Amino acid sequence: MLNNLRSSLQKILLYPSAIVGVLVILLLVIVSIYTMVTIPYSQAIAMWRGGEEVWYQNPKFAPPAWINFFSTKKYSESFAVSTTNAEIQKTVIPVERGVSTIEMVYEFEFESDVYPQDLLLYFNSSFDQKQPFISIELITPDERTIRVANFAIGNKFTYRFAQDDKLRAKLRTDKVIPALFSLPESDVPLKGIYKLVITGSTFEPDSIIDAEFVFHGQVFGWAGTDHARRDLSLPLLWGVPVALAFGLMAAIGTSVMTMIIAAIATWYGGWVDELIQRITEINLVLPFFALLIMIGTFYSRSIWVILGATILLSIFTGGILAFRAVFLQVKQSMYIEAAKAYGASNMRIIFKYLIPRMIPLLIPGLVQSVPAFVFLEASLAVIGLGDPVLPTWGKIIQDANSNGALYKGYYYWVLEPAVLLIITGLAFAVLGFALDRIFNPKLRDV
Amino acid sequence: MSVTTHVPENVSAKKSFANSTFIRVLRYTAVRLLTLFVTVVIGVYLTILIANMGGFVDQIIKTQIRDSITQSVASNQTYLQMEPALRKQLIEERIALEEKRRGLDTPIAVRNARYLVNALKLDLGRAINMTSDSGSKQVRLILLERLPATLLLMGSSQLFLFFSSVFIALNLSRNYGNFWDKLTIALSPSSAVPPWFYGIFLILIFASGLKVLPFGGMVSAPPPLNKLDYALSVLKHLTLPGLSLILSSFFLSVYNYRTFFLIYSSEDYVDMARAKGLHAKDIERRYILRPTLPNIITNFALLIISLWTGALFTETVFLWPGLGRTLFQAIGQYDTPIIVGSTIIYAYLLAMTVFILNFVYALVDPRVKIGE
Repeated sequence: MLNNLRSSLQKILLYPSAIVGVLVILLLVIVSIYTMVTIPYSQAIAMWRGGEEVWYQNPKFAPPAWINFFSTKKYSESFAVSTTNAEIQKTVIPVERGVSTIEMVYEFEFESDVYPQDLLLYFNSSFDQKQPFISIELITPDERTIRVANFAIGNKFTYRFAQDDKLRAKLRTDKVIPALFSLPESDVPLKGIYKLVITGSTFEPDSIIDAEFVFHGQVFGWAGTDHARRDLSLPLLWGVPVALAFGLMAAIGTSVMTMIIAAIATWYGGWVDELIQRITEINLVLPFFALLIMIGTFYSRSIWVILGATILLSIFTGGILAFRAVFLQVKQSMYIEAAKAYGASNMRIIFKYLIPRMIPLLIPGLVQSVPAFVFLEASLAVIGLGDPVLPTWGKIIQDANSNGALYKGYYYWVLEPAVLLIITGLAFAVLGFALDRIFNPKLRDV
Repeated sequence: MSVTTHVPENVSAKKSFANSTFIRVLRYTAVRLLTLFVTVVIGVYLTILIANMGGFVDQIIKTQIRDSITQSVASNQTYLQMEPALRKQLIEERIALEEKRRGLDTPIAVRNARYLVNALKLDLGRAINMTSDSGSKQVRLILLERLPATLLLMGSSQLFLFFSSVFIALNLSRNYGNFWDKLTIALSPSSAVPPWFYGIFLILIFASGLKVLPFGGMVSAPPPLNKLDYALSVLKHLTLPGLSLILSSFFLSVYNYRTFFLIYSSEDYVDMARAKGLHAKDIERRYILRPTLPNIITNFALLIISLWTGALFTETVFLWPGLGRTLFQAIGQYDTPIIVGSTIIYAYLLAMTVFILNFVYALVDPRVKIGE
């Protein structure tokens, strides 16, 4: 029996597509484990539901950085640097009677053909009574010094370059960022090394200033960001374990339950069998998607509730009748007679003799049904019934759709989760297809 | 999904009197009709129970009524001068009136039973929140208004899918093993991807990228006045959703029919017919297609009734104003009458189809005898 199974499984090697499928599934499993170890569940959810305070360093609607490989235009990457991490040089020069000057300098290279989205400065300071004073200058590659702004800061202060009215007036334009990043009277970005000079003055001995410089470029990371500045790598990574768990659990739950019920029905026969056939007919009348949507809308959008409902609704379908037909044949076999003769209990016969015979038939169907469940989760998420807390692929597509991503040309936003869904679905479909041809003797020659 | 049909094993060729055949068929018909009716009743009752979520939906609707009436009274200038106690009484009266209008004052069990009886009588009643485009609240009118859109989308795509895949599959099974056959086998896992997903890609390519076809909807706004332009506009809007429905099932459908025909063409009696030197055309028609007919008819019948359910996700993604999207909207607005109306019609259609199929099998397959 087991040898049989093993030799059948070895035939997979004859199907190159199935090998690719197995490798992809293995890779997905490895990625899931990596994700769950590096970004624990609670942290992932806190980040996914976090707002501006978590994601302020990221630009909005930024495509992934690798589009620079394919694009003739070069887009600027985002970065964030701070004095606390010693990325910005900070020198404190005491002047007299508690007054000191703090010079913070950061040099950065700007080599892209598109202006950045925005520049921001976040200040943290401590003082008793006298507020520190800040002045900001930007030195362009052609050695011009642009005096950006002067202001006093409180304990926390945020300065946004693009929204400063005084700076707009000074530069005589509404578009501050393009004016800062190009030569006067020109409308192409000026490439080269820019130098941001922040000069702070403190008026108390223990007063300190820390600054963080956030550069919102046009591209971000390997996955890009969404409308809420969230890094898409988080839901893309976390989507892997969610999709695998939902797909596999639904597939295993459905097919194992179906098989057990079919075995019990055929073994006992009579009214049990009749009842199960009637339930199957009733289930046929029930609208599957509508029921799932109702449960999602009225009751709970938790992925576990939806999973349970999916399994329940999928047990009594055509599959049970197919299993039943085979069990009816197996029931007549000699070895079942022998088991009856030595006095094996009903349960023993069902679980030790009937069900193991079905495993070769079970496996292909199980693997082939995984993609349907993976896509079911995504489908529900796309119409707004995804799990409210979990970051999943379907949720990304829903966010993208409701923000008009396809309309506005944010293709990466839809394509990344879509490609992952397709890869996952196809891996299982291809493997299941090969298994079907291996285990199903009728298909072997055709 | 597949349908339960009891195809008895080869029946012994006993001669039976016409009279006993008639009684047998009559008894079978009665029993089958009764079981199917009970099935429909239980199925629809379960749907009603879930659509009301054991009274949970009532709570939601009651809160909505309370909120909206309190709001409207509070924002009405004429009631501002009223004493608070009096105004409170007015609000309570209005809430009671509105709850009575919606039938929320009768217990949920009674209402469920009433829903069931009315649904079985096909008296679909009035919707709670939704209205048809012509302004009617009749569930029948709302569903009828959306039916043409779904029939157009599902009908064109499913009929094309059915006929093209049977035709292509026959061709492939004639010379299996050639390039096209292998290509179909290789591409058949593509059907693991649902239609709306292909829809997103098609939108990306044809609507967003090439800008040649619309993103969604059924006709451009404002609708063209000229009939020909109107038809052309609908056709343009139909292309992408129709194509995505076809794409997502095409290769698997061809593969399944092809395998099916191949299994039947490897039967001994087909070899026998070949050995006799019959024409390939005759063999195909009389020895391969004939025994596969019951299965093909079943598939076709199920396809026809699937037109009623529409394509919920695809219609939603393409904003296609069909029955599937209506059902989704109805659920979102807790509109139980529409959910129940859509379900009961599907249940009746399915039961009728299953019933009729039993007789069709007996007609096309002489081995099948009704009621044995």
